[in-house]
Amino acid sequence: MSSTSGTPEIQVRGLHKSFGDNEVLRGIDLEIGRGEVVCVIGPSGSGKSTLLRCVNLLEEPTKGQVFVGGTEVTHPDVDIDAVRRRIGMVFQQFNLFPHLSVTENLALPQRRVLGRDKAQAAKVAADNLRRVGLSEKADAYPSSLSGGQQQRVAIARALAMGPEVMLFDEPTSALDPELVGDVLAVMRMLANEGMTMMVVTHEMTFAREVADRVVFMDDGVIVEDGTPEQVIGNPAHERTRHFLSRLLDPAMADVEEISDQVGKGE
Amino acid sequence: MSKADTQVQPRKQGLTRRQKRAVSRGIQYAVFAAALVALGVTADWDRLQNQFAQADLAKELFPDIITLALRNTVLYTLSGFAFGLALGMVIALMRLSPVGPYRWLAGIYIEIFRGLPALLIFIFVGVAVPLAFPGTEIPGGTYGKVALALGLVAAAYMAETIRAGIQAVPKGQMEAARSLGFSHARAMASIIIPQAFRIVIPPLTNELVLLFKDSSLVLFLGVTLEERELAKFGRDLASESANSTPILVAGLCYLLVTVPLGFVVRRLEAKAGEATK
Repeated sequence: MSSTSGTPEIQVRGLHKSFGDNEVLRGIDLEIGRGEVVCVIGPSGSGKSTLLRCVNLLEEPTKGQVFVGGTEVTHPDVDIDAVRRRIGMVFQQFNLFPHLSVTENLALPQRRVLGRDKAQAAKVAADNLRRVGLSEKADAYPSSLSGGQQQRVAIARALAMGPEVMLFDEPTSALDPELVGDVLAVMRMLANEGMTMMVVTHEMTFAREVADRVVFMDDGVIVEDGTPEQVIGNPAHERTRHFLSRLLDPAMADVEEISDQVGKGE
Repeated sequence: MSKADTQVQPRKQGLTRRQKRAVSRGIQYAVFAAALVALGVTADWDRLQNQFAQADLAKELFPDIITLALRNTVLYTLSGFAFGLALGMVIALMRLSPVGPYRWLAGIYIEIFRGLPALLIFIFVGVAVPLAFPGTEIPGGTYGKVALALGLVAAAYMAETIRAGIQAVPKGQMEAARSLGFSHARAMASIIIPQAFRIVIPPLTNELVLLFKDSSLVLFLGVTLEERELAKFGRDLASESANSTPILVAGLCYLLVTVPLGFVVRRLEAKAGEATK
């Protein structure tokens, strides 16, 4: 599946990233083909968010290369603003602009970055709000919306820029459980429309049902990479099994985790 | 038995908490009343009234004290505020710059102009600037000089306020803007600074009140009759009439502006506090 369609949309080669002495990514190689949906899972601190943030250079890699749509993002002379126009990003904390209304959140970036005129930006904004089912909130301010609604507006804001790739950084982790479904539904819709998506998530059901591939990361490396049936259904590695058991049965995992960390840390 | 003991014990040690509070409050009122009485008895009220509250003298001050003096005070303040805000913005951005020399320069500027009395800056602008740049006139005459002197002082304070405001905007805002393809400068201008300004409006309004009072220092620049502001106007008329009533009236004119402004600041602060909840 991954390399069926010519050049991959996202290509990561030998990626390393350190924060001071702390080496968060220790040699990552990854390819994501056009239209592919890849979920990145793994324990907190495994480096999955850092990997995602290296793709649009919100984090500067220490070593290695990243290509998006054939352009080397990590090249020193790259026009990073131009590259980022092709890459939509959705954050765990939504990061809507609180001083702007929902419509302005969608329209201002189009006008400032893409140079669209007011009428066109407003039209694209309205279209994308309809896609995420929030047309009636067009004039609301972010603070008056629920977390789930804010996240859907954030997705619409990214879509309004017409991206070819969407990055999701734990998009449902800050949401109340009952609001997660709305956001996942929008993401599922995007996946069905053929959007290339890289999703860092803890939502195993979503990964199992929507992802073409699941990547399991631990300790700054990719441990396992395959179809959801392989990685989630029948993991080959003990670390993957351990993580999944903790995630699927957290009540049992607490005891395990302590003994595990003592063993690991000492 | 032992229970009864512990219940009785506290009373034996003296006053209860409630009694202590009542005594303490009583003492405070007594001191306050004594101070008032002492002031009322010792001050020479007749002479004070004679010197400061001559109704017919006060009447003569109008309308000039409003149309000329208060108007000039407001003009000086606003021009100084505008210049200080522009310069303060630049210095705040320099302070946050990745370029070391910019940061140092901004830091030195802030330390110097916050550390010097405003009076010295006025003398400096009035004397040193014409000496240093002979032949050049500060545009706008006295108004330009006041704007420069007030602005130089205000910029140092406002720069620190604006810097704090910019840093109070969550990091995710810049990341979101950058990920949408905004350049750093554009993200600053359209996303970060508008939010920072909402945060700093109350402290900046406070700064406006301070400038309003500092504008009285213009008298050290030497002004024409038409350029006099409240403090100078009041002082001049006081010496003309050998009576201090004009000073009292001028003081009331200051309060006419600063008290409502202070009220506005408190309202803005309360509103800002609510918004961040």
